[in-house]
Amino acid sequence: MGCVTPSIRGRADVANDALLAIRDLSVEFATPRGVVRAVRDVSLEVRRGECLAIVGESGSGKSQLLLGSFGLLAARGSARGSARFAGEELLGSDQAPLRAVRGTRVAMVFQDPMNSLTPHLTIGRQLAEVVLDRRLLDPQQARARSIEVLRAVRMPEPEARVRQYPHELSGGQRQRAAIAMALMTNPDLLVADEPTTALDVTVQAQVIDVLREARDGGLSLVLITHDLGVVAGIADRVAVMYAGRIVELAPVRELFASPAHPYTAALLASVPRLDTPVAARLASIEGQPPRPGEERPGCAFAPRCPGAFERCGAVAPQLRHDGARSVACHAPLADSGAAS
Amino acid sequence: MTERLLRVRGLTVRFPLRRASPFASRSWLTAVDALDLEVAEGQSVGIVGESGCGKSTLARAILALVTPQSGTIEWRGEPVGRDDRGGLRRMRRELQAVFQDPVGSLDPRMTIGESIAEALVALAGPQGRPAAAVRVNACLDEVGLDPALAARYPHELSGGQCQRAAIARAIVGRPRLLVCDEAVSALDVSVQAQIVNLLAGLQRRHGLALLFISHNLAVVRHLCDEVVVLYLGRVVERAPREAIFARPRHPYTRALLAAVPRPDPSPPEPAGEILSREPDTSPGPAAKPAAGCAYSARCPFADATCCAQAPVLEDTGGGQLIACHHWRTLPTRP
Repeated sequence: MGCVTPSIRGRADVANDALLAIRDLSVEFATPRGVVRAVRDVSLEVRRGECLAIVGESGSGKSQLLLGSFGLLAARGSARGSARFAGEELLGSDQAPLRAVRGTRVAMVFQDPMNSLTPHLTIGRQLAEVVLDRRLLDPQQARARSIEVLRAVRMPEPEARVRQYPHELSGGQRQRAAIAMALMTNPDLLVADEPTTALDVTVQAQVIDVLREARDGGLSLVLITHDLGVVAGIADRVAVMYAGRIVELAPVRELFASPAHPYTAALLASVPRLDTPVAARLASIEGQPPRPGEERPGCAFAPRCPGAFERCGAVAPQLRHDGARSVACHAPLADSGAAS
Repeated sequence: MTERLLRVRGLTVRFPLRRASPFASRSWLTAVDALDLEVAEGQSVGIVGESGCGKSTLARAILALVTPQSGTIEWRGEPVGRDDRGGLRRMRRELQAVFQDPVGSLDPRMTIGESIAEALVALAGPQGRPAAAVRVNACLDEVGLDPALAARYPHELSGGQCQRAAIARAIVGRPRLLVCDEAVSALDVSVQAQIVNLLAGLQRRHGLALLFISHNLAVVRHLCDEVVVLYLGRVVERAPREAIFARPRHPYTRALLAAVPRPDPSPPEPAGEILSREPDTSPGPAAKPAAGCAYSARCPFADATCCAQAPVLEDTGGGQLIACHHWRTLPTRP
């Protein structure tokens, strides 16, 4: 899929291979009931060619983190901090870097493919538009590229699909078309926000296969999801978010094998599985996550945490790095290698 | 022997499709196709399948929310018809439902307490009103909600709390069977686990029977004694939990189980098993073959017999029923 290669690539990259470097990013929404802090001072890097999964429950800020980085917040939202893509600051007063990057070098795929596709245009027209509007290809090349990309996402009979409208496709095919649209410009980074949540398990497995192939082809991937099963199958590193903060960040195997943060451990334990004996009760996390806008001192997870002590309710733990793993907890779980 | 609560025989639900012209002949979409189902007192039956397999239509037909074309529904041995108001009323007393969207199933202009009390008054009549408050509090307590929340409105509660309230509303009249249509699908994992435990607890404490409809096989495995696998409106396999998860026999059941992602990164993914991962194998009711086995279009073992003749459910031993011409010769667990 090396048809459109952006001419300037890797210019002014940071020393390490971070493609996207988010620093102290906060996202806030002004609501009638006051300010809601959706993302709180998050720092995160996406490396070239990796799949980083961002896991969290509804309201944890996992989507807003990426939307905030790319200037896609809803009207009442604002982002503070820094997000550098290939060394270029996206959140500065200059909108040019954002425009240059968005939709060209960074593409997004969302949960509902019907919302990403225009109902009254054919699939071929929508795919071609992506490169024609940016004057990257001429119409004939654009048509060829559309079919090439549809084939890459394993769309059956791509030549016939380009003449069809979104409603003529099945849910899985629509999501393939949405991914194809995202890949038209051969981006460096694909942000997929719950891309398989609306799909049946059988179709989900196929869409994950497509994303995995794209990653293996050198694409960096940020996968935002609540589904730990999907994460285990594709991610290289996993960031776990709770109440707007990253509570743990680790390589996927370490995270699943020995979670260091009590929330990660509880989350993993509460997933019903097919490959373990049926227990009388599912492990669950008692209580509720903090409501939007709720402010409390200390660790946001403390009220639900089985290991919380006085300090947890008073001082918010900072994300501490230890090798490849980071955890924000005053008393990280043992044998994690992060306990100090 | 425990008493049979619900018995469904030959249930068929069809929806008319839009005609190309007023003169074209009417064509139909068969959502549920000659389906048999039984639920006994205290039993929990899981219904699984992909979207479009008819699992929600089945629930709606049992709840008399859609009219079946043919077939019978019996409640405690008595046939219940849509026109039979008395029979329906008797059944409704003991049969309640919980749906997917917890916020949408509560009236936004009623407090939680009013919503629950309304259900009680509807079942017991106005004389139920004085005692309602006590019963409402008992139900809130039962589902793990602070009775103080009775004065709150749905928008003031989280999704998990609303689902608890919807369950409280369903159990307030002491039903014997709870139909749960994707009741935990919209919830976050940690909250989902709470609700699954709540349903399991209600079942244990009150001997409540469950008809649990879900696309989440792991949740069904956790909650249900018996599992029914639907494919395009037909039962392809029905078996006790142990059997279906340890020895799934129908090619579709096996494909479905193989596709569930395992929350474990260490060993490599199990090979695609017998689910063809070729694109566009997603079923749609419109894609249903005109004759033969509904799964024949996707099945790697399908032959001429499968395309010509629809298989019937056969007992393969141990209560495991399967609708497949070739179940005897299929390769066992790969």
